[in-house]
Amino acid sequence: MAKKILVVDDSAAIRQSVTFVLQQEGFETIEAADGAEGLEKIKGSAVDMVVSDVNMPNMDGITMVSKIRELADFRFIPIIILTTESQSSKMEEGKAAGATGWIVKPFTSEKLLAVVKKLLG
Amino acid sequence: MVDQFKEAFREEAFELLIELEDALLRLEEEPDDPETISSVFRIMHTIKGSAAMFGFDDISLFTHEVENIMDLLRAGKLSVTKELIDMTLTSRDYIRIMLEDSSKKLNEEVNTLLAAFKAEVRKQNSDLSEVKSHDVSEVPYRSDDKHADESDPYISDELITYRIIFCPENNIFLSGTNPLLLLAELRELGEISIIAVKEEIPSLTAINPEFNYTSWEIILSTTTPEEEIRDVFIFVESSAEVRITAISDSHDESGKKIGEILVDRGIVKSEDINKILTSQKKVGEVLIENNLVTKPQLDSALEEQQQINTLMERKKTITTSGSVRVDSVKLDELVDLVGEMVTVQAHLSELASHKQDASIISISEQLERLTAELRDNSMSMRMLPIGTTFSKFKRLVRDLSADLGKGIALVTVGGETELDKTVIEKLNDPLVHLIRNSIDHGIESPEERIAAGKPAGGTITLSARHSGASVIITVADDGAGLDTVRIRRKAIDKGLILPDEDLPESELFKLIFAAGFSTSSTITKVSGRGVGMDVVRKEIETLGGMVSISSEAGKGTAIELKLPLTLAIIEGLLVQIDDEFYVFPLSVVEECVEHIQGEHENGKQNIASVRGEILPFIRLRDFFDIKGDQPEIEQLIVVNTHDHRIGFIVDEVIGDYQTVIKTLGSIYKDVEGLSGGTILGDGSIALILDVLKITQIVQKEEKLLT
Repeated sequence: MAKKILVVDDSAAIRQSVTFVLQQEGFETIEAADGAEGLEKIKGSAVDMVVSDVNMPNMDGITMVSKIRELADFRFIPIIILTTESQSSKMEEGKAAGATGWIVKPFTSEKLLAVVKKLLG
Repeated sequence: MVDQFKEAFREEAFELLIELEDALLRLEEEPDDPETISSVFRIMHTIKGSAAMFGFDDISLFTHEVENIMDLLRAGKLSVTKELIDMTLTSRDYIRIMLEDSSKKLNEEVNTLLAAFKAEVRKQNSDLSEVKSHDVSEVPYRSDDKHADESDPYISDELITYRIIFCPENNIFLSGTNPLLLLAELRELGEISIIAVKEEIPSLTAINPEFNYTSWEIILSTTTPEEEIRDVFIFVESSAEVRITAISDSHDESGKKIGEILVDRGIVKSEDINKILTSQKKVGEVLIENNLVTKPQLDSALEEQQQINTLMERKKTITTSGSVRVDSVKLDELVDLVGEMVTVQAHLSELASHKQDASIISISEQLERLTAELRDNSMSMRMLPIGTTFSKFKRLVRDLSADLGKGIALVTVGGETELDKTVIEKLNDPLVHLIRNSIDHGIESPEERIAAGKPAGGTITLSARHSGASVIITVADDGAGLDTVRIRRKAIDKGLILPDEDLPESELFKLIFAAGFSTSSTITKVSGRGVGMDVVRKEIETLGGMVSISSEAGKGTAIELKLPLTLAIIEGLLVQIDDEFYVFPLSVVEECVEHIQGEHENGKQNIASVRGEILPFIRLRDFFDIKGDQPEIEQLIVVNTHDHRIGFIVDEVIGDYQTVIKTLGSIYKDVEGLSGGTILGDGSIALILDVLKITQIVQKEEKLLT
């Protein structure tokens, strides 16, 4: 069965292109425009992985990650955060909140798929 | 990233800029509202990130600078002034201009603005001197080469063995990490042995099922550089202990052991040394006895030793067995000799079957089996994977596509497919022709592609696969496809078809193989004036192959080459005329039907009707001027060459015949219509027909209607 990935980003362009690349590889995707929507959509759906932006209105990515980790169903799923900061501070912050890995923007579709496959097997 | 979303990004950025304007105007009224400040920051941040993703580097770099200023605002290190809002509004306008026309470079304006920003920061900082200078990025505004660090990492081919200790924290699962996936990733890097250290696992009552208690000791022999091994663990650096050390493999050359030296000096006898050595306890055992190491620790170390030993052994075998370079002429001679032997063996088999002598039959059968093996074996020596040729084209595509300003990627599939060496060599030129054609005429310019909703960069796929006794090589592009209207016009101009002739698409496509045909009206540096597809076709046909083409408007073009696995063996159809034997290459034969003289013939014009279809034919008896009477019922062999069906009349069809081709020798090199010869089991000779050539000769003499 196709693995389901939740893609959270306030930029529709990034969301669409990430979704496009993932779907090309046979993944199923769900989209959300910000952390609050992401958190809402993940509940009750069998999501296998989350790919999320950090800076978003309503609820930022880091907060969303820590809230997702509070949900019993999603304590162990891999979560990737997309960050523009190449400094380690944001990544460490993300890791502390429960993110599994990160991708620094700008990234190529190959990089995205490499990390997704690395964490999803 | 994905170019078709560029437009989506621009639309979104325009919306964000409107939002930004609103927020800035609000900020002017309520300069201290943190919510508004952070939304201004967020918008800048989003534009910066997305712009970089979709290749708007100028916008991204500029926005990055402005974002840094907004960050100072957000952190309270800068206060909102009218000047600052004015400047931010101006930068918003600049971003808009750059978005509207990506060719606009506002370098000067942008630099002036950034300088003004910095001046404002300095002015405010003269009061708050503790702000460090590096808060405002010192990076000069320029389009830097972001690909510089993406160059291929240096790959050494030296096999190095590493010891990797991987100790994840107890709660590693809670960050969504699956350590087994990391181990699987390592496994792909080379020869590996993984030992799980399970001593930390508590008793079942004390265990927390959500915790990880296992750590791993890994011995990895790989050519991958150490940084790449480290990259596997990139996400767990903070939540696991990872130690990677290269294990030196030179310790076995550390000179002589003390016992050996003493024996050499004649002080002790080697038997005595051996006796003492065997009575000695092994180091590991002694260490365990003294509680210096635990049993699992020892086992893990032994595992490492084992791995190194296997590795050393493999290195030795590689250096001793390896491969031998042989002059290809010698290989050709070998294949030739095997061919002779197959013939002699066939002769022997036939004799044996006549003799009814059990012992001879048994020997002949044994020889038959051996020769078959020998033949396959020597043929396989001439087989090479086609991948080496494929990789040569990578450079060609890269250079040509750069020349033409088309970002074209070459994808190769099935490089491991094996083909006869001579076929591979002769395949080079036609493939270069076809790839150049795809780059030059097939794939559109980036602008046209984007307008058609395709990614700006095109893709050429070069693939090879086996199909029965043939190899099929495909050159496919995702370009515009063949332009049927232009092909039609050109064909009419050249007098290839009549102006009112209505041809199906597939027939039109075939026209590009006609001599001197080209649809490109401009001469380009890459392919000159129209690459002669007729030349490609001819070259493939000399190899005993066939070319076919398929194309879909807007989707691309694919050209398929079907080639025989080898040139040394031919699958043929053996036929007989009077006492002479001939072989048709089976690949061109469509069908065989009976032919009764006069019944289907139309006067002297040599036209037969096969199931209602009109078919011109050649009577080989006449062509080769063979005397004697033709039988009442002849055989008509329907052959397809150059997409024309032609019949050949022979006396009798004997059947399938796989044979080793022998060249006819220099005396016969001017004989037309024959491509070689072969010796049959009974020792008689069969000639291999060059069907295409015969057709052309007859056509020239105007004896044949096509």
